[in-house]
Amino acid sequence: MKLTLKIWRQKNAQDKGGIVEYPIDGIEPDMSFLEMLDVLNEGLINKGEEPVAFDHDCREGICGMCSLFINGEAHGPDRGVTTCQLHMRMFKDGDTIFIEPFRAKAFPVIKDLVVDRSSFDRIQHAGGFISVNTSGNTIDANTIPVNKDDADKSFDAAACIGCGACVATCKNSSAMLFVSAKVSQYALLPQGKVEATDRVLHMVHQMDLEGFGNCTNTGACEIECPKGISLENIARMNREYLAASLKG
Amino acid sequence: MAQSALLNASILKKVAMALSGIFLITFLALHVSLNFISILSEDVFNEASHFMGYNPLIQYVMQPVLAFGVIFHFVMGFILTAQNSAARPIAYAKYNGAANASWSSRNMIISGLVILAFLGLHFYDFWFPEVSYKYIAGTAPDATRYYGELVHKFHDPIRTALYCVSFILLGFHLWHGFASSLQSVGMHNKYSRFLSKVGYWFAVVVPALFVIIALFHHFNN
Repeated sequence: MKLTLKIWRQKNAQDKGGIVEYPIDGIEPDMSFLEMLDVLNEGLINKGEEPVAFDHDCREGICGMCSLFINGEAHGPDRGVTTCQLHMRMFKDGDTIFIEPFRAKAFPVIKDLVVDRSSFDRIQHAGGFISVNTSGNTIDANTIPVNKDDADKSFDAAACIGCGACVATCKNSSAMLFVSAKVSQYALLPQGKVEATDRVLHMVHQMDLEGFGNCTNTGACEIECPKGISLENIARMNREYLAASLKG
Repeated sequence: MAQSALLNASILKKVAMALSGIFLITFLALHVSLNFISILSEDVFNEASHFMGYNPLIQYVMQPVLAFGVIFHFVMGFILTAQNSAARPIAYAKYNGAANASWSSRNMIISGLVILAFLGLHFYDFWFPEVSYKYIAGTAPDATRYYGELVHKFHDPIRTALYCVSFILLGFHLWHGFASSLQSVGMHNKYSRFLSKVGYWFAVVVPALFVIIALFHHFNN
């Protein structure tokens, strides 16, 4: 396959940055998108140019590191996949492909396509945990009965890998799907109910401090989420937040 | 948590937006019902309009509440839109919003602005003359004037067309707004799918009835 890549290049966080065009040839349809970028970078290094910086780690859709906004969509045109699971057969020979970093005030660009997603970490630190004594006296979690439906929904919410595709794709750069998944995975379990009020208040407060936008329920996040996190979680978080606000 | 932080919380703003939207949806249902009477009976329409125009509860309680609801919905809409724009200071070079969200959900501000412009025209046509008639000129109540005033406004084809276009944009606004307001107040259960369908029907039927009423009076008179 012969392609034209239009890639966002930015030297560092202070640099203005811009789109740079790269023609590329010899791409196999069965290559992953990241392998295609590896080929591009190999060529750039051979020519003595700076390779394109992009995030990646496990390359099997688990870690959530690979970001990239490809042809106007988070993780590209495929559904239910991260960028490392996106294959070049989703594109046609001769295509022009735009590759940009995830855009949000709360996800500042570090270099080229690499963004700082530590705002998600700070939201998680604000309440995305349960306080359990791990000194050796921990009670076996299985001794507490959990409704099967709640356990399944909690597990589904916990499948969120914090990749940030929800923020990247949302026209408002809202992080509600991520935060609601983290709130829901605990709110549905008895172990998480003890700190439920503080958790939702603190996590939403941190989310607002980070500068994410407001959710307008377009549903784009749910469609682009590689783990299929449901909008149901956002409704649950809204309920949790309203109840917590009344409690103070 | 500090009360100020709570009041500024994104979720509470969303809930306030949703509740004002649900209130305005209820008002729309009442408004279209009243207007539809004008197709069925001139006398009943006059009687109903006179009741609405002179009932103290409606005039001095419901009307201010409605005005507050409308102003709040628009102001909050602008505030949320400004905050959302600020949350992405650098736009994407290529953004395929249509791939994962409906036009109506992505362009609530556009349909909202059209509705706001329409409200300006609507107030110019009906509300300001009504206030002038009752409170400035101090004219004696006339329970037979309403139908004639309504019909007179729809003589003009440009005004009729503007009303119809606005109603279509109202439909787009409701198409997303109805279900979105339920999601914002935390409703997502076994009834949600049914209520979303009710919302889609509402978004089609109510604006369609407004269009039919406008066209009926334009072509019938």
